[in-house]
Amino acid sequence: MAEVRYVGATRVYPGNDAPAVEALDLDIADGEFMVLVGPSGSGKTTALRMLAGLEEVDAGAVFIGDRDVSDDPPKARDVAMVFQNYALYPYLTVAANIGFPLRIAKVPKRDREARVKEVAKLLGLTEYLDRKPAQLSGGQRQRVAMGRAIVRVPSVFLMDEPLSNLDAKLRVQMRADIAALQADFGVTTVYVTHDQAEAMTLGHRVAVLHEAKLQQVGPPRELYERPANLFVAGFIGSPAMNLLPAEALGLGTNGKVVGFRPEHVDIGDEGDGIRGRVEVVEDIGADAYVFCSADIRGEQTRLVARTEVRDAPQQGEHVSLRPRPEEAHLFDSESGERLTDS
Amino acid sequence: MSTASVPVAAGTLVRRKPPWAVRRKRILVAVADHSLLIVVAIMFLAPFIFIVLTSLMTNEQALSSHLWPSPFRWGNYIDVFREAPIWRWAINTFIYSVLATLGVLCSSIPVAYALSRIRWRGRDLAFATVLIALMLPPVVSVVPLYVMWAKLHLVGNLGPLIIPNWFGDAFSIFLLRQFFLTIPEEYLDAARVDGCGELRILGTVVLRLAKPAIAAVALFSFLYTFNDFFLPLLYLRENPSHWVLQIGLSEFRSLHQVQWNLTMAATLLVMMPVIILFFLAQKAFVEGVTLTGVKG
Repeated sequence: MAEVRYVGATRVYPGNDAPAVEALDLDIADGEFMVLVGPSGSGKTTALRMLAGLEEVDAGAVFIGDRDVSDDPPKARDVAMVFQNYALYPYLTVAANIGFPLRIAKVPKRDREARVKEVAKLLGLTEYLDRKPAQLSGGQRQRVAMGRAIVRVPSVFLMDEPLSNLDAKLRVQMRADIAALQADFGVTTVYVTHDQAEAMTLGHRVAVLHEAKLQQVGPPRELYERPANLFVAGFIGSPAMNLLPAEALGLGTNGKVVGFRPEHVDIGDEGDGIRGRVEVVEDIGADAYVFCSADIRGEQTRLVARTEVRDAPQQGEHVSLRPRPEEAHLFDSESGERLTDS
Repeated sequence: MSTASVPVAAGTLVRRKPPWAVRRKRILVAVADHSLLIVVAIMFLAPFIFIVLTSLMTNEQALSSHLWPSPFRWGNYIDVFREAPIWRWAINTFIYSVLATLGVLCSSIPVAYALSRIRWRGRDLAFATVLIALMLPPVVSVVPLYVMWAKLHLVGNLGPLIIPNWFGDAFSIFLLRQFFLTIPEEYLDAARVDGCGELRILGTVVLRLAKPAIAAVALFSFLYTFNDFFLPLLYLRENPSHWVLQIGLSEFRSLHQVQWNLTMAATLLVMMPVIILFFLAQKAFVEGVTLTGVKG
């Protein structure tokens, strides 16, 4: 087990001018579950691969514990990785796949078999040990990939979108299993995903990347409640935060953007709020998201409000939307940076 | 339950018969397809059948216009071995084919791996060189190579035929490289993270995943060297003790007076290993298709 540090770590792919990861500074504590999240091309997977040793570090450094591993090959880093497509060897049985890292490490056969059985039991794979990956379901393959990672208890677990090939129900279940496993083992874990729900539920802390740069890092709640800039404000939370020019609401001067979470917008039939027309009502159980179209300073803008289902208006109705000023997030429209403290 | 459909019990299903015009068209298409295939099959099989039949005739009948052997002379196949040192030629051929194929595999697999899955400066230039070697007609290099082997005093034995294969074969390198490129990078990355170096990855992961391509390269190389006539003729003509089957077969007629029945029997014997190998190797190709279709 070890802490992980990125110090100004940069990766520029050959033939490209723009870096895929630019001057990344990130400290991950021993035993921490860190999630890297961002849209496609944000550099999150590259950052993970730099830690694994699968991508070069062109500038800066990557540390595991006290050791600078920037120039070490993957096998010298004591990391284990779970891949998006699991990368299970099709010609090996489940037992041989799980035991592969131990075989490479020349662990005696008897110890290896005992350890594989132990891991298989932990993951509920005992009855599948003699099968080939092609004979397994997606969820079972995912477990085998997890098994291969935990079989030798590495210093750091790396996971590259390990749940993205599973169906929605299985994903939620595996999410809980991964969180439980990580808590049991207490191994430092770096987890890459583009799914912010996964990031918010799994991570002790979440690092948001965009266009090769780290935007914000912090506990999920902090990212949600105090987004550091416009990108994080729009990316974290579903549906996304409503972002409007501040002067339209009389909340600020020119050049500022104000943001409201859907749950911080009240809906009424009439009043002095923003007048809008209900376009879609999304019923999500106890609550409903109301998507409205409003004319703000001559521009059609879409706003979302969250309300209890019984209070939800009908599609096509005209309503009044009243954001709560005390919940407003204020950003600079030029730099995108957050301006309010609370 | 108003919308639930009534289940149809097995056996009570009445299949709809397509209209007569549709059935007639299907029959005509099937007849046309099969007629064409039968004609093509006859064109391909006719020489082979002619060889089989002639090999079972007496020498007198072989020169006549009769097509069917009367009587069947199975003894021709024993006489062939009396008339010519077929076993020695066969052993020479197998030494040539097996060692050359081994050489092609041992030399081309690492090169193809380095050209496809390891990033290094000058890789594209090296691959271009391989492509140029692939496009160069083999005849161009025959004379300089002959002079080189002559200076090394190796003309007259199997050395000049086998040794070059241990220094890579452009076609095999190209074919293997293209296949290696289709192996998902995740397999190799997983092996790297799990503690493998590049040689180990090649040995434990790539060789297993690329079995169909390796089988194809081995098959091509074996067939090419087994059927090779030109190079053995160039290097071995003067030394009958090193003759391979293809040279032996061409010399068979001139060794004794022309005996067509024995010549055909010898031809068939020489063809058999290739035919057997081809049927056995079909499985490797099918395996290749299923292997690449599996999402690991």
